[in-house]
Amino acid sequence: MLTAILVLAGIGLALGALLGWASDYFKVEEDPIVDKIDAILPQTQCGQCGFPGCRPYAEAIAKGEADINRCPPGGEANIKQLAELLGVEAKPLGEGLEPKPKAVAVIDENTCIGCTLCIQACPVDAIVGASKQLHTIVADLCTGCELCLAPCPVDCIAMTVIPARLDNWKWQYPVIHLRQVA
Amino acid sequence: MRAIHPFHGGVHLAEHKTESTGTAIGWMSLLPRYVVPLSQHIGQPAIPVVKPGDRVLRGQMIGRPTGTISTAVHAPTSGIVSAVEMHPVAHPSGLTGLCVVIESDGADRAVEMSGIDWRNLDPAEVQAHVRDLGLAGLGGAVFPSAIKLQRGNAARIPTLILNGSECEPWITCDDMLMRERADATLRGAAMMRHLLGADTVLVGIEDNKPQAIAAMTEAARQAPFPVEIVAVPTLYPSGGAKQLTRLLTGLDNPTGKLSTEIGVQVFNVGTAYSMYRALELGEPMISRVVTVTGHVPRPGNFEARIGTPLRDLLAAAGGDLPGTTGHIIGGPMMGFDLDDARAPVVKAVNCIIAKRVEQFPPAAPAMPCIRCGQCAQACPAELQPFELYWYAKAKDFEKTRRYNLFDCIECGCCSYVCPSHIPLVDYYRFAKSEIRAHELDAQASQAARERHDFRTFRLEREKREKAEKLAQKATTRLDSGAVAEDDPAAAKKKAILQAAIERAAKAKVATTPQNTDNLSPTVQREIDAIEARRQAAPDDAAATGRQPTEAP
Repeated sequence: MLTAILVLAGIGLALGALLGWASDYFKVEEDPIVDKIDAILPQTQCGQCGFPGCRPYAEAIAKGEADINRCPPGGEANIKQLAELLGVEAKPLGEGLEPKPKAVAVIDENTCIGCTLCIQACPVDAIVGASKQLHTIVADLCTGCELCLAPCPVDCIAMTVIPARLDNWKWQYPVIHLRQVA
Repeated sequence: MRAIHPFHGGVHLAEHKTESTGTAIGWMSLLPRYVVPLSQHIGQPAIPVVKPGDRVLRGQMIGRPTGTISTAVHAPTSGIVSAVEMHPVAHPSGLTGLCVVIESDGADRAVEMSGIDWRNLDPAEVQAHVRDLGLAGLGGAVFPSAIKLQRGNAARIPTLILNGSECEPWITCDDMLMRERADATLRGAAMMRHLLGADTVLVGIEDNKPQAIAAMTEAARQAPFPVEIVAVPTLYPSGGAKQLTRLLTGLDNPTGKLSTEIGVQVFNVGTAYSMYRALELGEPMISRVVTVTGHVPRPGNFEARIGTPLRDLLAAAGGDLPGTTGHIIGGPMMGFDLDDARAPVVKAVNCIIAKRVEQFPPAAPAMPCIRCGQCAQACPAELQPFELYWYAKAKDFEKTRRYNLFDCIECGCCSYVCPSHIPLVDYYRFAKSEIRAHELDAQASQAARERHDFRTFRLEREKREKAEKLAQKATTRLDSGAVAEDDPAAAKKKAILQAAIERAAKAKVATTPQNTDNLSPTVQREIDAIEARRQAAPDDAAATGRQPTEAP
């Protein structure tokens, strides 16, 4: 009886020690799922999801604090990918969120006073300028997050929808036109 | 006799070739106006180097290549640039593209052109020359030729294939070119062979072009290097680069790999001819042979300058006959409907077909897929088109990729045989462009992430540096000694300060009353009295700040 208890206790202690050591030795610094979620998110850093950037949102999803359908720039494709990654059902975009066509911010150069407020607001450093110098937005780097609109004291920034050009044109989903026959 | 290795699938189509092969290649009279698009090839569009008002000569570069995959654009005639503007172009989207508009002066004067010694020049130099002369593949993909002439990592590309299959119905421009200009075409092939280091040169021609085969065979007999002219069975799409490679060599192009990795490079015969014009005569790519056929009075082939408005080209064949319902650019299998006949001839345009309803009836309504598998039997890329259709329709692009969507050459065999008339290729094109757009988005978001991360890092660093500076200032003020030890500048400063303090102290000690010698007893007494008062009330003086100067 006593032998059995001792043996089992010994085994328990040994395995416990092993587990303790393993949890220390194989310790993961950061949850890798956050990286995977972050990789799917569009990195506009717009904050429309209610979090201050894509990574905080990814962390919130990983912790189960946020839903996967809070990202309008990512849209349906993003939700699908997140659903697949996390093994949950895909769902439509959350309430109050609407997908918008891709746009870039453009500064009206006649109105800009060179206050640098938009430069400070831009999450991806896409605005060039200095104090009392005309600012401009590097269109290729702009993610269309709209965060520069609010701080501008003279309202000289406007969002411009990217027009269809030969180099960004896409084949459309085939639709069959219905004809009235009778 | 070379053994033919048949490819999978393919379809037999009504050829409609004889309509446009009755006459020799026609020359067009000079037009008053040419519109030259700056993006005629795959890759980066050329950058305009002329502005409105500039005078240009035939063959003058008007668009400079930029980036890795690009090629130059040249003026088709002499004249004045009237505009550099957006203009309708021949593109399935119907969108406009940036074009240089040239009002010709009628003189058609050319820049000085001269060939180069391609045999002895460095291959890289010859490639740069090819790029500057605007050469791009004339078979349809318009890939810049300079890049295809590079050997890459291989020491040499052993097999050069000239593609003269021209398998699409109606198109006859390569056929006529080989009939009339076989010798020059093979001279172009000699240059390609030299640059690639190829020892085998094969020319694949469908056996429905006996005259082209005869002309090329005759030219091959006189060529100074071995060329094999191979007649391949007429079966669409034998002119696909991968299909022709398989037919002639038995080699299959592995998924996602370039043909050069299996030691084969394929060029269109028209490109070889342009290569000859470019390197031997120094002439840039400013014209090409275009088939004008279908519902026009005098169908045929024309040597059309790049930039010729398509309606002028149609006019050369007699113009549209009554009942024309539209135009196809390219062939009926892979071509697209033209939106605006003001669009110009570009390097990619090999054919324009005027449609009439009897020959090109409107597409039948699509019906559900019954999974009969005919498309899979017809597919020359050995794909499963019905599965691709299924996933493309559901927008499940990851699955379409797993089913090797990007091996699809968009030949249209599947759509052609489909008993439900499903426009299958349209779905594949949609899926492909969505996947490409998604890849570009992913690249952009990766770049945005890096910029955002760097910004966060920078802001934190600035904050830290500011805090450190403040802390340092505070400690310096509180405890100057502690900081002085590890900062030589501060130590020096402190030493100077210390020295000054000591000097002052010494000076204070050294101060002695002056003019005290030989004093009269009265004065001495006064002094003593003052000293006594000072001793008596030093605190009062210090407190009031008054100097005890009053005389008793």
